[in-house]
Amino acid sequence: MFEGFDALLLARMQFAFTVSFHIIFPAFSIGLASYLFVLNGLWLWKKEKVYFDLFNFWKTIFAVAFGMGVVSGIVMSYQFGTNWAVFSDKAGPVMGPLMGYEVLTAFFLEAGFLGIMLFGLNRVGPKLHFFATGMVALGTLISATWILSANSWMHTPQGFAMNADGQFVPVSWFKIIFNPSFPYRFTHMVLAAYLTTALVVGATGAWHLLKKTAHDRAHTMFSMAMWMAAIVAPLQILAGDAQGLNTLEHQPAKVMAMEGHYESHPNGAPLILFGIPNPAEKRIDYAVEIPKLSSLILKHDLNAPLAGLDTIPDDREPPVAVVFWSFRVMIAIGFAMLGLGLWSLYCRWRKTLDSNVWLHRAAVLMGPAGFIAVLAGWITTEVGRQPYTVYGYLRTVESISPVDAPAVATSLIAFIVVYFFVFGAGTFYILRLMARLPRNPQPALNDGPLRTAGVTPAPAMNAKGRVDDNGGYDDAV
Amino acid sequence: MPFDIAFIWAGIIAFAVLAYVILDGFDLGVGILFPFFPERHDRDVMMNTVAPVWDGNETWLVLGGGGLMAVFPLAYATILPALYVPIIAMLLGLIFRGVAFEYRWRTTRAQFLWNWAFAGGSMIAAFSQGMALGALVQGISVVNRAYAGHWWDWFSPFTVLTGLAVLVGYALLGATWLVMRTGGDLREKAHSIATKAAIGTVVGMAAVSIWTPFLAPSYLQRWFSWPTAAFSVIVPVLVAGCIALLIYGIRSNRDSLPFVAALGLFVLGFAGIGISFYPFIVPPSVTIWDAAAPYDSMVFLLVGAVILVPTILIYTGYAYWVFRGKMNPDEGYH
Repeated sequence: MFEGFDALLLARMQFAFTVSFHIIFPAFSIGLASYLFVLNGLWLWKKEKVYFDLFNFWKTIFAVAFGMGVVSGIVMSYQFGTNWAVFSDKAGPVMGPLMGYEVLTAFFLEAGFLGIMLFGLNRVGPKLHFFATGMVALGTLISATWILSANSWMHTPQGFAMNADGQFVPVSWFKIIFNPSFPYRFTHMVLAAYLTTALVVGATGAWHLLKKTAHDRAHTMFSMAMWMAAIVAPLQILAGDAQGLNTLEHQPAKVMAMEGHYESHPNGAPLILFGIPNPAEKRIDYAVEIPKLSSLILKHDLNAPLAGLDTIPDDREPPVAVVFWSFRVMIAIGFAMLGLGLWSLYCRWRKTLDSNVWLHRAAVLMGPAGFIAVLAGWITTEVGRQPYTVYGYLRTVESISPVDAPAVATSLIAFIVVYFFVFGAGTFYILRLMARLPRNPQPALNDGPLRTAGVTPAPAMNAKGRVDDNGGYDDAV
Repeated sequence: MPFDIAFIWAGIIAFAVLAYVILDGFDLGVGILFPFFPERHDRDVMMNTVAPVWDGNETWLVLGGGGLMAVFPLAYATILPALYVPIIAMLLGLIFRGVAFEYRWRTTRAQFLWNWAFAGGSMIAAFSQGMALGALVQGISVVNRAYAGHWWDWFSPFTVLTGLAVLVGYALLGATWLVMRTGGDLREKAHSIATKAAIGTVVGMAAVSIWTPFLAPSYLQRWFSWPTAAFSVIVPVLVAGCIALLIYGIRSNRDSLPFVAALGLFVLGFAGIGISFYPFIVPPSVTIWDAAAPYDSMVFLLVGAVILVPTILIYTGYAYWVFRGKMNPDEGYH
């Protein structure tokens, strides 16, 4: 299947493939953990059953998504060593401790309290259970902090020196952790996770509003999700703009590729809306452009000069076509999200939020949009980092393990087969769970202990009071 | 050096790996034993005994890997390419058995598939870990800070033996865990498997122990020269004690003792490997000081580890405490 490919290309394909699958799950579980925390809190505060029902509904989906995130994440933590050994040896002294802190402060926290959040309500009581939910949500955010700091350092490295073995040696941990692109990337990614989750929750709510099942819960989740989309989508566009300006400062070649600026524009650069990058001729064919708008966006001045890729040596140029397209996909989806959010505000004002079927259909259609935008955004920033792993200091070609191409090819094929099978099945189960919003009544907070074994000081078990996570539906299909 | 930070870190990494081996050991063991329990209800209960804790158990593996990259980057960068195949196989095995925890409850029609995934994934992960361990004991050739061998060098009769030994050892941990955590027929069956797995584990450990000194003269030397020879006396005595406790615990049909004794065997086996290795982290040429990260990397993470590892142990212990005791067979988590 991969004859004639060298180990470097195969290793890059493998990393791109496994990390692309992996990012989907945290993007969802970061947002969903926070949503569960909110639902859990609302239930304890308002004692309204709808929040408890929604908590249980999303909790089950979270468990499946989180499991997929864990196993695809373990692969990442070992792939640095198997395929990128030289990178690991050289950048390990800087990257390793950041990831070590991620494990110590986030992964254990999530894992330690996940079991209690999923299975422990009747053993620890509602308050401690709420605390556990909070710890899981906090863990996902701490995890994002460390890993985005490590990733950002690869884009905007600082605070280090080099030793005789060619290793990056930490000099200032403060500078390493708070490297220039980290605050922007962190904000952009966490908002992306929230937005992605809001769209998934909104699509699920809209689906059930269209199906006219379980109106109360469908309404509640749709309304919450649309508030989130309306508030976060504009913030995300601002955050993305800020990150773009930061990238222009530190990785101008990436912005040139995003913009499709092969040439320098001394008197104001046009914004290329569409076009076909032609890397051989170093130009954008069939470009549809708005004069000077790029300079206005990037420099806040219509006539500001902008350098193009003609100022960058060819061996430092990122792959333009990939970056150019992925960036446009992300931007288009971002504005579609903004549109959905504004439309929902309008419907809310007109009191048609629950009845406008076109809004519901649009929300269903937009359900997976967040994932596509997240992937497109990551492709933009990571491909735009090429040809370096540590930007400006360590080239990708110098980072690879001394490993034979057949080893990488075999493992790549294995990952492709396994991931499509395993995560395909998981996605199917999640979609099926989403489609089953229970109609039947469920016990509320004080309806008695549920699923209790005889070891806790809780009152005796009410055999019939057991909450069924599937909401009364059989697993049988 | 008044304060040998590389040595301290070697100890912490060893602790993380040991924690992984004994914790994920019993939950992988439960998966390995799945084929011996064809009843659906038994399998539900077995899986539920580990469902709330498996994720935390596996996190120690991530700490072992991430920690190694942070503080012994050279070891991370040479061991993983050398053990490419078993590591990838282990990861794929862990994927299958990890998702099975949730998927198995999400379908009836395809449940058989996730039963296989859980059992097969657990076996592949266990066998791969054993082979990886054996390959490390066997030695990895490192030249100019890079792995200098080929991608099948790890494979040998010795690594097959260590793979099988770990597989059987995990089955023992799983069986004794089930004896402790379940009741009725399920417990009886686990009890009878524990007997066989105990014999297999002891035979496996003995075979590996006898073979190891002949792999490299330095191993032989370390076990028979002062001061490490003191451990050579103590460890086998303790091993004999653990075996006696294990046999007594199984024969007198105790609940927890067999599990504790099996854990003890694993700790001692691990200590034995540590004695053979020291001071190397990648035998036969890279010592812990050769592989150590720059001082500032080690100090930075050590500050966190000193505070956080005990904290983790406390709340992980709490999570175990919450789900303690015999499983109620009617208690469904899903």
